[in-house]
Amino acid sequence: MAKSVPSGRPNHLLRNLNSKIASIPMILIAVVIFLGGTLWTVVYSFTNSRLLPRFNFVGLDQYERLWASSRWMISIQNLAVYGILSLIFSLVIGFVLAALMDQKIRFENTFRTIFLYPFALSFIVTGLVWQWVLNPEFGIQGIVRSLGWESFAFDPLYNPDIVIYGILIAALWQGTGLVMCLMLAGLRGIDEDIWKAARVDGIPMWRTYIFVVIPMMRPVFITTLVLIASGIVKVYDLVVAQTSGGPGNASEVPAKYVYDYMFQAQNLGQGFAASTMMLLTIAIIIIPWAYLEFGGRKRG
Amino acid sequence: MADVSTLNTTAAGIDAISRGLVSGPRGRKPKRVLSRRNIMLYGALTVAALYYLLPLYVMVVTSLKGMPEVRLGNIFAPPMEITFEPWVKAWAQACTGLNCDGLSRGFWNSVRILVPSVVVSIAVASVSGYALANWRFKGAELFFSILIIGAFIPYQVMIYPIVIVLRELGIYGTLTGLVIVHTIFGMPILTLLFRNYFASLPVELFKAARIDGAGFWQIYFRIMLPMSLPIFVVAMILQVTGIWNDFLFGVVFTRPDTYPMTVQLNNIVNSVQGVKEYNVNMAATLLTGAVPLIVYFVSGRLFVRGIAAGAVKG
Repeated sequence: MAKSVPSGRPNHLLRNLNSKIASIPMILIAVVIFLGGTLWTVVYSFTNSRLLPRFNFVGLDQYERLWASSRWMISIQNLAVYGILSLIFSLVIGFVLAALMDQKIRFENTFRTIFLYPFALSFIVTGLVWQWVLNPEFGIQGIVRSLGWESFAFDPLYNPDIVIYGILIAALWQGTGLVMCLMLAGLRGIDEDIWKAARVDGIPMWRTYIFVVIPMMRPVFITTLVLIASGIVKVYDLVVAQTSGGPGNASEVPAKYVYDYMFQAQNLGQGFAASTMMLLTIAIIIIPWAYLEFGGRKRG
Repeated sequence: MADVSTLNTTAAGIDAISRGLVSGPRGRKPKRVLSRRNIMLYGALTVAALYYLLPLYVMVVTSLKGMPEVRLGNIFAPPMEITFEPWVKAWAQACTGLNCDGLSRGFWNSVRILVPSVVVSIAVASVSGYALANWRFKGAELFFSILIIGAFIPYQVMIYPIVIVLRELGIYGTLTGLVIVHTIFGMPILTLLFRNYFASLPVELFKAARIDGAGFWQIYFRIMLPMSLPIFVVAMILQVTGIWNDFLFGVVFTRPDTYPMTVQLNNIVNSVQGVKEYNVNMAATLLTGAVPLIVYFVSGRLFVRGIAAGAVKG
């Protein structure tokens, strides 16, 4: 807090005092929790804390053990597959839906309400619904089989090889409505004259979208990308509700690894190391974006 | 469920976002209703809409069937015999562990968590946003930047330090502790929301009040607050749905007898003991989803504005 006190004028601290008092919660949260808490976790990831945090420095031991753990490797692979596919599909589906909605259609509000309502639901509810829809006995697989295609197999939640796609389907159902809304706001921000000019020049609509509109929507795409990406790293509830990490540990994700080691396996050091890796992932996503966004703003 | 009036309000909300971006009357005169283009367009949209509606439909249908009918196997078939028993059972009798008093306990726990969390988080964030917008002091922007960057840090990184702080204060596992946690993690987005809104109000009002001798709190309560009711409603929607849907903090920061509804729901549905009663599970899932869904359908216009403000500017 010393930073808010400039040197030179002695009565400066008392100036604007009410504002400073009112900002104390914000300052505490920013400094103690967000900054202090993060640093604390990073520092303690180098210790061998188990049931209770103890400052017993062991260097990179926890990280070595983390990367040697098959469960963590599965988590990382799942996160990579889930993350890449969910980025691609959310952006594509969101954009296509927004483009369809932008054709001056009727019932636009009805469609928008339908596409967005899953976003109001929690991941727990989402996971449990899709657990039921994808139930091999009664759900989609059962129905296709009862229609006569006896060998039809679609049981993502019970098949370790494809379980992550089952989670992906549910996640896309929940999240693409939001992406669509953001894209639609972006599309509505494109000047009508651009469309007129493209039409005069005889450029087909799909080419206008790909070569003119999408490049113009770059800021919207980047914001959406950052939002989706930071959501992906945090994915936890959905997996817990839909599969509890199973079958076996085929659908484990890093966030669940952290929780299980911190609060169930009583192995805090591992949890801290794993969460520091999550932090690192987020930093890799955020720092370039923040640099572009805020670095550019100052110059402009 | 989505009657015409709520849909209209949703529309107005989206239009509010894009207001000022579209000039003049939109749309051309429709030429032919059943052109090939239109069939493709509405066909694609309808297929997509069915995909989004399907799970809701399945939930409703399953929750109205008896177990014998569920076992017949078609989850898409409408119930032959409508029964509300699964709903009653989910609300009042479903078991988690040894407790068999249904989801109602989780519901009331969630309400008890929700109300103070929403009030406290909005109060703290709105005052912070106000200080940032109108009473800037040196260093304020730095703290604000930390706050915004903090919004992207995975919760898992900060959860254990918070556990320690709350334990030291003697409020770990209590309602107060959870309210503080919700306040902390609501801060970034809400402060941003309020700061941007207050900054967009005409500064002359603020200056005039200053000249008339009003201080920090007087201006907040008598000028800013009454002028900013819409943004308070947006913040409320954001927090009500966010806190109601929370799972992680509920698991970490409460004890089994005060688990919020989402946690209890997960325990009921994913419990390994006993026969799986899918109809009861779906009724319970619907009950848990009902609160945010009602908020969404009633407040459609502001809901969209809230997430747009949170997302685009974030």
